Amino acid sequence: MTLANSVRSIPGFSILAVLCLVILYAPLLVVMVYSFNDSVSITIWGGFSLRWYEQIFFGLEAEKFQKAAWNSITIAFMAAIVSTTIAFSAAVGVVRTSPFKGKNLNISLLSLPIMVPEIVTAVATLIFFSMISFKLGYTSILVAHIVFCIPFAYLPISARIQSIEKVYEEAALDLYANRKEIFRSILLPLMLPGIISGFLLAFIISLDDFIITSFVKGAGVETLPTAIFGSIKQGIKPDIMALSTLLLLVSTLFVTISYFLSRADIKNKLN
Amino acid sequence: MTQVYKQKRAFDSLRIWLLLPSWVTIGIFLLIPVGLMLVISFMTKEFRGGVIWELSLAAYDQFLFDRGLFGDEPPTIQWTYIVIFLRSIVQAAIATFFCLLIGFPTAFFIATRDSRNRTFWIFLVTVPYWVNLLIRTVSLKFLIRDNGPINEFMISLGLISEPLGLINTNLAVQLGLFYSYLPFMVLPIYASVERFNFTFSEAAADLYADKWSTLRRIVLPIVAPGIAAGCILVFIPSLGAFLAPDLLGGAKNFMIGSLIEEQFKGNAGNWPFGAAASMILLTMVLIALMLYTRQQAKSELT
Repeated sequence: MTLANSVRSIPGFSILAVLCLVILYAPLLVVMVYSFNDSVSITIWGGFSLRWYEQIFFGLEAEKFQKAAWNSITIAFMAAIVSTTIAFSAAVGVVRTSPFKGKNLNISLLSLPIMVPEIVTAVATLIFFSMISFKLGYTSILVAHIVFCIPFAYLPISARIQSIEKVYEEAALDLYANRKEIFRSILLPLMLPGIISGFLLAFIISLDDFIITSFVKGAGVETLPTAIFGSIKQGIKPDIMALSTLLLLVSTLFVTISYFLSRADIKNKLN
Repeated sequence: MTQVYKQKRAFDSLRIWLLLPSWVTIGIFLLIPVGLMLVISFMTKEFRGGVIWELSLAAYDQFLFDRGLFGDEPPTIQWTYIVIFLRSIVQAAIATFFCLLIGFPTAFFIATRDSRNRTFWIFLVTVPYWVNLLIRTVSLKFLIRDNGPINEFMISLGLISEPLGLINTNLAVQLGLFYSYLPFMVLPIYASVERFNFTFSEAAADLYADKWSTLRRIVLPIVAPGIAAGCILVFIPSLGAFLAPDLLGGAKNFMIGSLIEEQFKGNAGNWPFGAAASMILLTMVLIALMLYTRQQAKSELT
């Protein structure tokens, strides 16, 4: 029974919680709605239209956006694969072995890319590349992305690995399975949801990055965020809203998949 | 003490090889660059960007003192950069305060729902975090600018006769930081309230304590570490933020992030000075993190 003066329901908190969601979503929804606005004037509603979407695919700037999109997607894909591999290997090393000296130091090292302010990472990486005379461009963006994606891939993977009890591999060891067999037929299938979830998060973190990319991209190479930033310097145009809406939907889709993967985990554990 | 039977785990002998890739990647592409940045901050600037390899304290000196146009006048305190740093701290603190104001009730409300609704609410709060920060900031700019939807709407209702003039003000930057990092406040507070054992508060309720004093005297002290975590997660990225001050604040409301960026863009840059400013920012962040870990360790002991 809940008492009338129970702290579980405090008047006004529900309103603030709803307000919180309104604040978080209102600007995004407004941009999405206006991306379908037929009017050239940005704030007057001129009826529903897909003309701005047509423009980003076939208009004057279509080639620029397509190139930027290609760079963004290929970099995000490769950065996510490499960082997920590194994070996975580190997670097995940290979580799946017996306790060791320097375990906390290793965990701190892995979360370092989140701790250091983005602008500082950007400056340091730019200085590093220019000191070793590495040409700024596609490859330098990719390398920088791999580094800051590692913690985002590491977190879901290590959480997943932690939840797998060690009796599985002990039982397998008792039955004379070798390490390779244990890994392939027991651990990997159990870890898979965490790995996919880590990959998806790394992918969107790379896709979304602006500051570090803008420092290390050099001249002439653009990703979608840097192209968008370049365009809005002359004002927010409706085609940018259409492009933003597409990018927003991709991120939302990936987070949702990642969310359902971790939900599926919980259900399986309960059964 | 009981003797624990220590069985070697299957992957123990491989540990070094498993950890090596992360050491190498983060070491070469993050630790070494930060070290290099420290070195550069003590070098002499070259005029078209880049550095001359001569030891110099000029970057730090320029930060604090004004020695006139030709550097030969007696030094006076240079307030420009100190003010930018102080402004960044104040802006980040105000944004953190507003995040706490909305974030705590939200987190508390979510944590007291049943478990099905809880995960759904948390999902809704998390999604905006994963959406491109640039797009979110641009959206906010679109919403609050002088001829944007909010102003047009309020004018059409007759609530105001001219635009509020929000854009390019300190308030706009605070709003931007608040909007950028609000999810960071909700998540850790939610986690600590969710672990809170409500039988404590039920006991207080049995003894006729009203809601507010139960919240203040029973719940708050126990969930304090979550609140501290939320504040640090909002404060730190706000301090070095670039997009919100750049897009919403305009030239008068410069913060550390924009100051640093300016040193590396175009020909007017000054790499050692930018490196020094980055080092100062990094040091501030590390101090904040250290204070936070010490506080957390202390509260775990008591």
